[in-house]
Amino acid sequence: MPAVSFVNVAKTYPSPRGDLRALDDVTFDIAQGEFFGLLGPNGAGKTTLISILAGLARASGGSVAVLGHDVQAEYAAARRLLGVVPQELVFDPFFTVREALRIQSGYFGVRDNDDWIDELLANLGLADKAQANMRQLSGGMKRRVLVAQALVHRPPVIVLDEPTAGVDVELRQTLWQFIARLNREGHTVLLTTHYLEEAEALCGRIAMLKLGRVVALDRTSALLAGTASTMLSFKTDKPLPPQLADRARVTGRIVQITAHDAREVESILGMLIAAGCDPEDLEIGRADLEDVFLEIMRGETPARVAA
Amino acid sequence: MSATALPSPKTETGVLAGARTLLYKEVLRFWKVSFQTVAAPVLTAMLYLLIFGHVLEGRVKVFGTVGYTSFLIPGLVMMSVLQNAFANSSSSLIQSKITGNLVFLLVTPLSHWAWFVAYVGASVVRGAAVGAGVLLVTVWFAPLHVDNVLWIAFFTIAGAALMGALGLVAGLWAEKFDQIAAFQNFIIMPMTFLSGVFYSVKSLPPVWYEVSHLNPFFYMIDGFRHGFFGTSDVSPWLSLAVVSASLAVICAVCLHLLRIGYKIRH
Repeated sequence: MPAVSFVNVAKTYPSPRGDLRALDDVTFDIAQGEFFGLLGPNGAGKTTLISILAGLARASGGSVAVLGHDVQAEYAAARRLLGVVPQELVFDPFFTVREALRIQSGYFGVRDNDDWIDELLANLGLADKAQANMRQLSGGMKRRVLVAQALVHRPPVIVLDEPTAGVDVELRQTLWQFIARLNREGHTVLLTTHYLEEAEALCGRIAMLKLGRVVALDRTSALLAGTASTMLSFKTDKPLPPQLADRARVTGRIVQITAHDAREVESILGMLIAAGCDPEDLEIGRADLEDVFLEIMRGETPARVAA
Repeated sequence: MSATALPSPKTETGVLAGARTLLYKEVLRFWKVSFQTVAAPVLTAMLYLLIFGHVLEGRVKVFGTVGYTSFLIPGLVMMSVLQNAFANSSSSLIQSKITGNLVFLLVTPLSHWAWFVAYVGASVVRGAAVGAGVLLVTVWFAPLHVDNVLWIAFFTIAGAALMGALGLVAGLWAEKFDQIAAFQNFIIMPMTFLSGVFYSVKSLPPVWYEVSHLNPFFYMIDGFRHGFFGTSDVSPWLSLAVVSASLAVICAVCLHLLRIGYKIRH
C-alpha cells in the first residue's frame, strides 16, 4: 500500500475570467519509507496539492489517500497518519512552546504525551525554550516549533512545505539531519522546496509540477542522467553568439551553459572562440537539479514519467 | 526516537476526540487575557448600573414593587453574558483565520462536532464567568432575591450557547476584524440594548412593544429576569420555547457551515 496516492487530482478555482485550473489530472504514488521531492516554480500547484492532502483544501476531482485512507471520506484516520509543516511561519501568541505542543497533541487525541514532547524539544534544540512564549521566539525557533507540532502525534507520513524558506544555514542543517533520521527510521517524507540542492541531496524520487501538471517523475539519479548533466561556466564581457544566447544563463559577467556530453562541450567552445568571446575562468562541472529543472520547465526535454 | 506508525494506546478516537483539548485551549486563551475579557466587561456593566441606577431609580416603575436598580441588575448580567459569549467564539476564530494559526486545527482529525462543542462550550464558560462577575459587583447596590435558580441557569446556558454559536457563524463568515466589529456594533449591540435590559417593554408605545416581541434577545433577558423576580413581561415558558427554537436553528446552521468547511477549507 502506498504511503500517499494521488489519483487524477484536479483543482479549479472559480475566477471572474473563467475557471482557474490549479491542478490538472495529477496522478502518482509515494511508497512507504520514501523521501519524495515535489518541485516546481511558484504557481505550479505544489502547495495546492499538499493542501488537498492535508485537508486544507478540497479537490475538484480525483482522490487522495494516506496509507489507504481517503482524505475526504476517512479524514480523521488520514489526518492521524499525517504530520504537516506549513509553509507560513504561523504561531499562536497566547501559549508557551510546551503548551502549544501539548494542545496540538490533544487535538489528535493523544494525552500524557510529555515524554515524546521532551524528546522532540531536545532533538530540535528547543529544550531551553519550552517555557518561552511563542511571541518571544526568533523566526528560526518558531520554524522548529512548527516541525515539532507536526510530529507531536508520531505520524508515519511527514509533509514539509518549503520548510527552509528564509531559514539560516545552521537551522537548515539541523532540520535536514533530523528529517533524514526520521526517514531512515521508517517515516515517509514528502518535501516541497525551492532549494534544489536539498532535494538533490535528500530525495530518492522527484515529481516536477508545471502549471498544475506533472511534467517529470522519476528517481533523482535517473532524472539527472536523462538530461544535460555537464555545466560550462565562464566569464566574459563580449556578447554571446545568438545560437548560445538563448540557452545560456547569464548573471552579470558569469555565463552558464549546459551540455549533454564532451562532443557538445567541444562544439560550444568552438562557437565561443569563433565569436571572439574569450571565455575567462572556464570551468566544466556537473549540472545540478536546478539546471535539469529549468531545462524541463523550458520544455527542451520531453517529460519523463516513470513509475 | 522511534518511528512508530501506530497511535499509542492512549489515543482517543470518536466524534468528540480532541474536543476536550480544544475547549481547554479556548478557555485558556481568554483566561490568559482575563483583564480584558472578564474584568473589563464587569467594569462596563458596573458603570451602566451606577449611571442608569442613579438617574432612573424612583422615576421608573417596573413589575409593581421591584425597584429600578434591582430590575436593572439581571438585565445587565444577561447582557454581559450574551455579548461576551458572542465575542469569545467570534474573536478567537477570526484571529486564528487572520494570523493563519487556524491551520493547526485544520490538519487535525477534530470533527465538526468537536469544533462546535469546544467553541460554544468556551463561549458559555466566558459568558458565565463575566455574568457571575457582574452579579458579584452589582448585587450590593439593590435588594435582589432568587425566585427560581433553574430559570436562571437555563437562560444563562442557552443564551450563551446561542451567542457562542452565532459568534462561530460570524467568525466563519468574516474575513476581516471590521466585519466582526460591524456584526457586533450593528446587530448584537442594538438587539441587546432594545431587548429590555434597561426598561420593561410594557412601558413602550404599542408599535415598539410589538417589535420587541420579534427580538429573540428579549426572551433571553425576560426569561432570565423571571428567575429572580418570579414575574416577567411574558411567560417564561414562552421564552424557553423561543430561545430553544432559536438555539436549534443557529446550531444547525453553525454545524452545517463547520461540516462543509465554509470559508476555512477551500
